[in-house]
Amino acid sequence: MPYHRILVVGAGLAGLRAAIEAAGDDVAVLTRVHPVRSHSVAAQGGVNAPLANVPEGKDDSPERHAFDTVKGADYLADQDAAELMTRLAPERIYEIENWGCPFSRTPEGKIAQRPFGGAGFPRTCFAADRTGHAMLHTLYEQAVKRGIRIYEEWLMLDLIVSGGRCRGVVAMDMVSGRVEAFGAEAVIMATGGAGRIYARSTNSHINTGSAAAFCYRRGVPLKDMEFVQFHPTSLYPNNVLISEAARGEGGYLLNRDGERFMARYAPKAMELGPRDIVARSIQTEIDEGRGFEDAYVHLDLRHLGAEKIKERLPAIREIAMYFAGVDPIEKPIPIQPAQHYTMGGLDVDKDGASELPGLFAAGECACVSVHGANRLGGNSLLETVVFGQLAGAAALRYVSGLEKTGADGAVLEAAVAEVEGRIWELLGRQDGEKVSVIREEMKQVMFEKVGIFRTEGPMREAVEKIRELKERVKRARVDAKGRRYNLELIGALELPAMLDLAEVIAVGALARTESRGSHFRRDYPERDDVNWLKHTVARWTPDGPRLEYKPVVITKWQPEARKY
Amino acid sequence: MQFTVFRFDPEVDREPRYSTYEVPVREGTTLLEALLWIVDNVDGSLSFRYACREAICGACAMFVNGKHRLACKTQIKDLRADEVVVHPLPHLPIIKDLVVDMSGFWEKYRAIRPYLIAEGLGDREFYQSHADRQAIDEMLNCILCACCYSSCPMVWTNPEYLGPAALLKAYRFVRDTRDKGGLERLKLVAGEDGVWRCHTVFNCAEACPKDINITWSIQALKRKLARAALGLKP
Repeated sequence: MPYHRILVVGAGLAGLRAAIEAAGDDVAVLTRVHPVRSHSVAAQGGVNAPLANVPEGKDDSPERHAFDTVKGADYLADQDAAELMTRLAPERIYEIENWGCPFSRTPEGKIAQRPFGGAGFPRTCFAADRTGHAMLHTLYEQAVKRGIRIYEEWLMLDLIVSGGRCRGVVAMDMVSGRVEAFGAEAVIMATGGAGRIYARSTNSHINTGSAAAFCYRRGVPLKDMEFVQFHPTSLYPNNVLISEAARGEGGYLLNRDGERFMARYAPKAMELGPRDIVARSIQTEIDEGRGFEDAYVHLDLRHLGAEKIKERLPAIREIAMYFAGVDPIEKPIPIQPAQHYTMGGLDVDKDGASELPGLFAAGECACVSVHGANRLGGNSLLETVVFGQLAGAAALRYVSGLEKTGADGAVLEAAVAEVEGRIWELLGRQDGEKVSVIREEMKQVMFEKVGIFRTEGPMREAVEKIRELKERVKRARVDAKGRRYNLELIGALELPAMLDLAEVIAVGALARTESRGSHFRRDYPERDDVNWLKHTVARWTPDGPRLEYKPVVITKWQPEARKY
Repeated sequence: MQFTVFRFDPEVDREPRYSTYEVPVREGTTLLEALLWIVDNVDGSLSFRYACREAICGACAMFVNGKHRLACKTQIKDLRADEVVVHPLPHLPIIKDLVVDMSGFWEKYRAIRPYLIAEGLGDREFYQSHADRQAIDEMLNCILCACCYSSCPMVWTNPEYLGPAALLKAYRFVRDTRDKGGLERLKLVAGEDGVWRCHTVFNCAEACPKDINITWSIQALKRKLARAALGLKP
């Protein structure tokens, strides 16, 4: 059985940065896809850091960046964490640039920066509109340089907990179908978001959230899961992301009457309001009949000119041409809001440590929290490298204080047997519903009833529906009976975990009788700081999540009305 | 629309076979969507790789109606064909169905020292002019999907040849003004298993789903090596 002192699960930006930090020790990375296929690769617009590299940003500072982050978060972010992230931002950006990340440049040769939504200054560093690709390839290159061991195409299926400590994970080699226990003294979860719980999502197919859900089932609480970001501009009809950079570079949002409707919702910030506000504005235009085909509005880049579009937004142009047959130099892009980011996640502190000794988490699967109720564009890439590094360092400190205990063979064997049992049950069942039917019903109900606009009645129906699906999935069948690269089996193993997350999101949203950031209740349209300036913490029980709450850390900024 | 898909499971099949599926297709349906529809509705035993579905992760390269393509970027209507025939990437060992063994591809990627060689500054970025940054822009677009590698006749016939993707990566660093690898880096791609094995067939450039002229980068490496051999500044 494989054993490593530190095991990182997930090889996107957060996971690779954590592994690089721990590379001096016995560290390995386990990932369901080759590292460069991780969803970080799809991040487009950029990464925030108060570098003050462009004239309009000369007065920027970590404090201004932290304030924008906290205000964007609708005051649900922990302010000490936001301050830490923005203070460390410059060194992490210089570091990845020094490692070769090919950022776009200012005329003086510094890292270029562009305006982004909800930011007081142009502070978003970028590599054209392929920033995630540039950063992920750079970190993979650094992992190769250090010879870090990577287990590719292994799907995590359980967390091993014994004696009150995390002792490793159970995973399946997708190629052979073999199940193994990976013993470890510390596990760092860096498995990304859970966007694929929703019908309309910009996320990669691999973003199921299942790995984080397996930790939740083993007692690690989830925090603030009801806060789900809907990105204002996803391509109609297949919801591929159209970066906020398109608006940062000056793009307009237009309704059917050709009106720049953001003037009615965010008169100062216009198209560069924060994502929650812009997404709701677009959906309102569509719902009130001012969209096209009751489904989308236009993102118009034509006035930027061919040269700027080709240099600054080449990937956006490619995507619009490939997937919608529209060249943005000549025509506006049809866009609609879609699920984009999971603000909530495994409840961890600023070092990425969860309450379970030995279990750490960083990146989108974690909730520190720096994004609160609404993440600002450009802050997720920053979070991955800042908290990936911190989690790697914290895991190193944790294991250095431990005797090398090795793994307890009986515990690991029992953990493997439990997962094997799940697999044999699925493969052995001859009748029942197809898993894909249940999955589609989950996605639809989450988008329709726990989506951009929420009200009590539909959310109650959603909770009931999810509980019904949880029962039905226990009797679902898998037709493909082989073990080798069995996509249907993989989907069936993940779905119960996804349903657990869907339930946490819906139950948390139903309980929170206020509107804050991305969580908008038509029946409670105002923010309620007296009762709800607090984090939701969900704990697994056999009967569904048990909700607890904990205070938000406030250092400098008392909550005030959020105007843009 | 009829889809004919190559199937092979080395654990049970003695030889490859084909499965045919009738898949509903509308305007805009991509090959990846069609394959996922097959798994969800008809045949869960079909295996292939995929992730981002937006032509940036490089997972879903395959050989479709006689061309290297990304499944996610391929719209069925654009094939202008009555039938869609899907094969795994040619000339790579098959793990199952459309899933191929990429270990040789990654081994060659690792062989060229695929990382910036430079002493970091720590407290600020390396300065680089806009023009120098744009000079490597095209090479940076590589998504490591292996379409080029699978299309190259020199790779088919010489297993030691570094191949187009690794050489493109090498040139991306050679041309990066921040890199201090210099001649050491050039030496890694010299020799008969390096750039000189390229016979400028241009299959790689033809196969690239990101429209990168890979052959051009290999030629640029050859020019630098030739200058170095003559004692000139590469």
